[in-house]
Amino acid sequence: MGKRLVSLVVNGRLREEAVGDATLLLDFLREQLGLTGTKRGCDGGECGACTVLVDDAPRLACLTLVARCEGARVETIESQSAGGRMSALQAAFHEKLGTQCGFCTPGMIMAAEALLRGDPAPDEVAIREALGGNLCRCTGYVKIIEAVQAAAGVGTPGDAPRRADATQATR
Amino acid sequence: MERLPAFELRRASSLAEAIGWLAGTPGARAIAGGTDLVPNLRDGLGSPPVLVDLSGIAGLDALVAGDDGVRIGANVTLARLASDAALAQALPAVVQAAASIAAPGHRSVATVGGNLCVDTRCVYYNQSEWWRRSNDYCLKHGGDTCHVAPHGERCHAAYAGDLAPALIVCGARVEIAGPDGTRGIAIEDLYRDDGRAHLALGPGELVAGVVVPVQPPRARSAYRKARARGAIDFPLAGVAVRLSADAGRVASLAVGLTGTNSRPLRLAGTDAWSGRAIDEALLADLGKAVQKQVSPMRTTLTQANWRRQVAAVAAQRLVRELAEAIA
Ligand SMILES: Cc1cc2nc3c(=O)[nH]c(=O)nc-3n(C[C@H](O)[C@H](O)[C@H](O)COP(=O)(O)OP(=O)(O)OC[C@H]3O[C@@H](n4cnc5c(N)ncnc54)[C@H](O)[C@@H]3O)c2cc1C
Ligand code: SF4
Ligand code: FES
Ligand code: FES
Repeated sequence: MGKRLVSLVVNGRLREEAVGDATLLLDFLREQLGLTGTKRGCDGGECGACTVLVDDAPRLACLTLVARCEGARVETIESQSAGGRMSALQAAFHEKLGTQCGFCTPGMIMAAEALLRGDPAPDEVAIREALGGNLCRCTGYVKIIEAVQAAAGVGTPGDAPRRADATQATR
Repeated sequence: MERLPAFELRRASSLAEAIGWLAGTPGARAIAGGTDLVPNLRDGLGSPPVLVDLSGIAGLDALVAGDDGVRIGANVTLARLASDAALAQALPAVVQAAASIAAPGHRSVATVGGNLCVDTRCVYYNQSEWWRRSNDYCLKHGGDTCHVAPHGERCHAAYAGDLAPALIVCGARVEIAGPDGTRGIAIEDLYRDDGRAHLALGPGELVAGVVVPVQPPRARSAYRKARARGAIDFPLAGVAVRLSADAGRVASLAVGLTGTNSRPLRLAGTDAWSGRAIDEALLADLGKAVQKQVSPMRTTLTQANWRRQVAAVAAQRLVRELAEAIA
């Protein structure tokens, strides 16, 4: 159906683009802008591989219509490195072996970025909670949590309950 | 490049505009956060010609606490609900339920209205187009047989929204706006026990918001759900309880259930327990009542009878824990 113009800021750069009403942000980023760092995993909201930031909040690009992103500020994994240098999160994932095949990594890093913006020194429960929607088939998650802790400069895993689950709490 | 069926997206700036478009365009659907609708459209479950975007409607995201309770606008996001410290005090079951829904990447856009109106679910329905085609589709969409109950006439897909049972025990009312104006109903009356048509909304009607009354003094509430993926999943069975107690006896008890039927339920018969001691006998009666009133069907990979039992046990544990917290 019809196309419309949207203007949005992607990784700090203002874009004015013609997009279809039914175009997903994921396809727009990967195919229209050539930003293929954001991954298509499940393509249905289940895996978190497509996590990007929209106005600082974590969002699944595979569930987001780009036509609804008018005026939004979108950040992808490509925004992490600056001047050829890795961000703290990227460096920590590299050093702590938080990445193996790497397919989940862009989503993991962007979900962690969203967390650290709101909570610069998260405990392990908060990290597990923030990454709860991101699947990894390789690492077993321990190294990923260590990487986020290293980037934030906080503790080592194992000193908090294994699973964050607010629903289990009775207040 | 389009992976979704084609549709026209219309951004409503007022409820009246949204209602007009929905009522005037056959097959048009509302979209709020889109975290339920978009994956379903991807799976070929419907091809609405028009999607009416509710996200730009002024005032629909208001969250206002007043003397007579809290009004939660339909566009309030689950992330906001889950992180509201005052609400966590006043309505713990609602906040716990919100925090348990999907993951942060969903909750940042998923809304209260969308969660209340979330589609029912079934292993034979939440599948890709080719999967369902190879199985001759089913009664809920595109076919004429229910694979869960092949001799029946109805669809048993389970309602699995988490907020509804929590709002039920808190006595919430839902405000519905439509072509004929606005009406308010008890939240349990928003639903029907039919997996194919579980919402009691007329053409063009929308959920505008929810009003939760001030909770009785000394009442406490909590929500708990059983799920396959611990970090992120719909409830296989979800239970909300609100209890007020006096000297170890029930003053009032409300139990809400989700994930087990095609609609969320308020457990019937709990009024008769007022004044009873909170003891093993009461918990046994509670467990029996839950097992009797839920009717999980083979709509999940997990056994239906396990969902029945877990609903009962979760209700018992919540009552026990709330009673201890009150004492
Ligand atoms: C991986 C994954 C896990 C999930 N886990 C859970 C879970 O644990 N618990 C849970 O409850 N849900 C879960 N969901 C479903 C969904 O994310 C939530 O239910 C969410 O709250 C839906 O809200 P939304 O605003 O995104 O709804 P939308 O997708 O925008 O809408 C959902 C439905 O409601 C209708 N609608 C929206 N707003 C209104 C309104 N104001 N009035 C009338 N109708 C309206 C739409 O037309 C549509 O039919 C999950 C989804 C995914 C993809
Ligand atoms: S309960 Fe039956 S009709 Fe309903 S979705 Fe499942 S298989 Fe289809
Ligand atoms: S590709 Fe978006 S959540 Fe899996
Ligand atoms: S590193 Fe391979 S999926 Fe996470």
